[in-house]
Amino acid sequence: MPAMLRNLAQRLGMMAHSFDGGIHPSDHKLGAGLHSEPCPLSPVHILPMKMHIGEACLPLVAVGDRVLRGQKIARSEGYVSVPVHAPTSGRVVRIEEYAIPHPSGMGMPSIIIESDGDDASDDSLEPITDWRNTDPALLRERARMCGLAGLGGAVFPTFIKLVQDSRFPIETVVLNGIECEPWLTTDHRLMLEYADEILTGLAIIMHMVNTDSAIIAIEDNKSDAAEAIEQALALRDDLEGARVVLLPTRYPQGSEKQLIYSLTGREVPAGKLPMHIGMLCQNVATARALYRAVVRAEPLTERLVTVSGDAMPRPANLHVRIGTPMRYVFAQQGLTDFEDVRILHGGPMMGELLRHPDVPVVKSTNGMLAMLEASFMGGHTQEQACIRCGHCSEACPAGLVPNLLADQCRSDQFEKAESYDLFDCIECGACSYVCPSNIPLVHYFRYGKGQIAQQRREKSFAEASRLRSEAREMRIERENQARAARRSSVRKTHAPAAESTAKTDAAGDSAADKTDEGSKD
Amino acid sequence: MTEVALILLSAVLVNKFALTKFLGICPFLGTSGKVETAVGMSFAVMFVMTLASVCSWLVQEFVLVPLGLEYLQTIFFILIIAALVQFIEMMIHKTSPVLYQALGIFLPLITTNCAVLGVALLNVQQEQTFVSSALYGFGAAVGFALVLVLFAGLRERMDVSPVPALFKGSPLTLITAGMMSLAFMGFSGLVKI
Amino acid sequence: MTGLLYALLSLGTFALLAGIVLAVAQKVFHVEGDPMVDKIDALLPQTQCGQCGYPGCKPYATAVASEGEEVNHCVPGGERTMLAIADLMGVEPKAVEQEAAAPMLAFVREDECIGCTLCIKACPVDAIIGAPKQYHTVLADHCTGCELCVEPCPVDCIDMLVKPELIEHWSWPLPETRRSRLGHERREHHAGHA
Repeated sequence: MPAMLRNLAQRLGMMAHSFDGGIHPSDHKLGAGLHSEPCPLSPVHILPMKMHIGEACLPLVAVGDRVLRGQKIARSEGYVSVPVHAPTSGRVVRIEEYAIPHPSGMGMPSIIIESDGDDASDDSLEPITDWRNTDPALLRERARMCGLAGLGGAVFPTFIKLVQDSRFPIETVVLNGIECEPWLTTDHRLMLEYADEILTGLAIIMHMVNTDSAIIAIEDNKSDAAEAIEQALALRDDLEGARVVLLPTRYPQGSEKQLIYSLTGREVPAGKLPMHIGMLCQNVATARALYRAVVRAEPLTERLVTVSGDAMPRPANLHVRIGTPMRYVFAQQGLTDFEDVRILHGGPMMGELLRHPDVPVVKSTNGMLAMLEASFMGGHTQEQACIRCGHCSEACPAGLVPNLLADQCRSDQFEKAESYDLFDCIECGACSYVCPSNIPLVHYFRYGKGQIAQQRREKSFAEASRLRSEAREMRIERENQARAARRSSVRKTHAPAAESTAKTDAAGDSAADKTDEGSKD
Repeated sequence: MTEVALILLSAVLVNKFALTKFLGICPFLGTSGKVETAVGMSFAVMFVMTLASVCSWLVQEFVLVPLGLEYLQTIFFILIIAALVQFIEMMIHKTSPVLYQALGIFLPLITTNCAVLGVALLNVQQEQTFVSSALYGFGAAVGFALVLVLFAGLRERMDVSPVPALFKGSPLTLITAGMMSLAFMGFSGLVKI
Repeated sequence: MTGLLYALLSLGTFALLAGIVLAVAQKVFHVEGDPMVDKIDALLPQTQCGQCGYPGCKPYATAVASEGEEVNHCVPGGERTMLAIADLMGVEPKAVEQEAAAPMLAFVREDECIGCTLCIKACPVDAIIGAPKQYHTVLADHCTGCELCVEPCPVDCIDMLVKPELIEHWSWPLPETRRSRLGHERREHHAGHA
């Protein structure tokens, strides 16, 4: 249906809101029917110093220290940061650079802990059972202390969003149970198995931001999860203002801005956040983690991971401790030979391709996929000319023109790309997915964004250097002038004096000149 | 009123200088590399063309005709245009040095630009009134600006597109200019002037 | 005869009028200094290293703006700076003569430092701190890698180390396809058009 007619219908209330574009990849939800299981404890855990958006943490422990599960082992630096906790009890054996799930293949300083098998917990935190009457500021600090970050994959420190800002009051909390990435089923299983814990987490969030209204958004391929949540809601007497909304399955429905638009018809302005229009989104897993942190006093040490893919002998949804090596998790489910197997961290649309499985599970690991080489749409090396078909523009949920942006990024025309809203791109991959010429569009955007970021950094560094250089020149100028003034005043006062004194003064003068000469360089 | 509209319409769309009368090709191809340059050049040309039409008409009416010096038309008009261009060059240099650098050689080239002289002479030839000659000058400039900016937009896109080596640069530019000319031919017959 | 007289008089008067108008305009629209210099300077990396042959970035910018100096002399700026200056000046890009080295940082081996302050005086951006008879050390955040401190050191205790690449500053490269490589050739061609 032409976009104009659809917009009109939406505005008149005749049709449900729905974001432009989007695609329908087959969802491969193999894990949907698989009940979650605990993953056995790995003998070693690797904790990188940065598993969240923001600044890296600093280790608090030293090699040889004994640690307990839930003990803080790295403290946060700066505001946008959350601490790291030990996932099990054991001994710190090394603190060194270790590979992390990152597209660069680079590593990060990490604390490596050898498990002692006891899995003893650090019980220093007190459970807050009466959170309804607790100051939200205390709850916020609890969220920060327990290392909570967005578990939908964005890993933004949760406590930062859970704030009451009088300039931007929150009207509605949206619980994101969409999970639009193919293959991933963690949120689905969480909603089926832990509905009550999730809803308690939601209630805590609503108390913290002081609002009564909430929407739990679920895609319509998870109707059983929606039923489970609705049943759990009916059994509670709080959460009167919460309702479940089923949205049509479409990728990327779960993206924050697209989700808000589909639910309310309101757009988050470019460069702004949902809180600027009174909305707050949280993933269901994050809500459950908040419940565990507040009510059970458990820092974030484990998460549900979908271990799946067409090369996986036994797909499963596992509760994995943060820091477990991926190789270990794969081995538990029967995969030990990685010949002709490609590993994805996250989903196939926005996940990272890993070079090897020797990286730890981190806070953002919602899925680990082992895919056969053959099932990759490997055509992207055979990129062909753009035929201006316009499918990419139709598919883009942010309303951009991907083929033009890719041309500009490829030709290094970064100012032009920025003026065509390159930074509004959410890198969802819908455009690359539909391109008939196999153009890796998102890769060009990432290249462009990276180059622009680098240029901005270089520019601000150059500007600072220029200011320092100019300040130095002014200082030298000042010193020279002061010296010249001193010399002329010395000559004036000593001119009528006796010869002997003039000689010593001259000697003193030339000595002063010598040291001054040296500093003039 | 209809006369005004007709003159403007004809100058802007129908009897296009760059594409129909084939005047002013040099700056047309030279400054259409970037849209910003094209817009800057358009304003410069608009200013010069309008004022040139007005001044030339005034000179023709009050100096040349009474004194019987019509044969000095060309010299007088060139003098006026040259002075105007110098004036506007100084103005641009002051207000926007980047634009000044970007326009470069094309600014003084407006002086010998056949389009500007063409407008002045055409006005005189067709024996227009003061108002209609001013309008014609302005309209011609707007038409020139329109095609210039459109062409610049096209060229910017072609610049980053995968073009076969054989056609890269001037060949494709000229072919596109020809196609634009064809497109604007569609307006012919709209206004009979 | 009168016709000729009229012609000469009218043309002469007109020319005189035009001349007066232009002379006045020149006074009114007089441009102070050369704003192009500042614009070019803003594109330079401000290392103040002198590898371009000028004692600093501002002098080179002035040379490019007013004396028509070649745009390809800045070594740390590399190809990107050269293209930007060429774009701004509206001239043809020229190949950069020297390959820009990887970004470097100066490092003082403090055990060997004798506290002479010669390197402090040499640094064009005041990135070395210290005092006479005290250890000197390079502030890595401010060092531009210009290498002007290495020579003055009498005990040769300053090393130039390659700047470590941080994972936070990593960015995606171009995708590995034939077309993406073509795009870069196109960029140089495009820069040729003003």
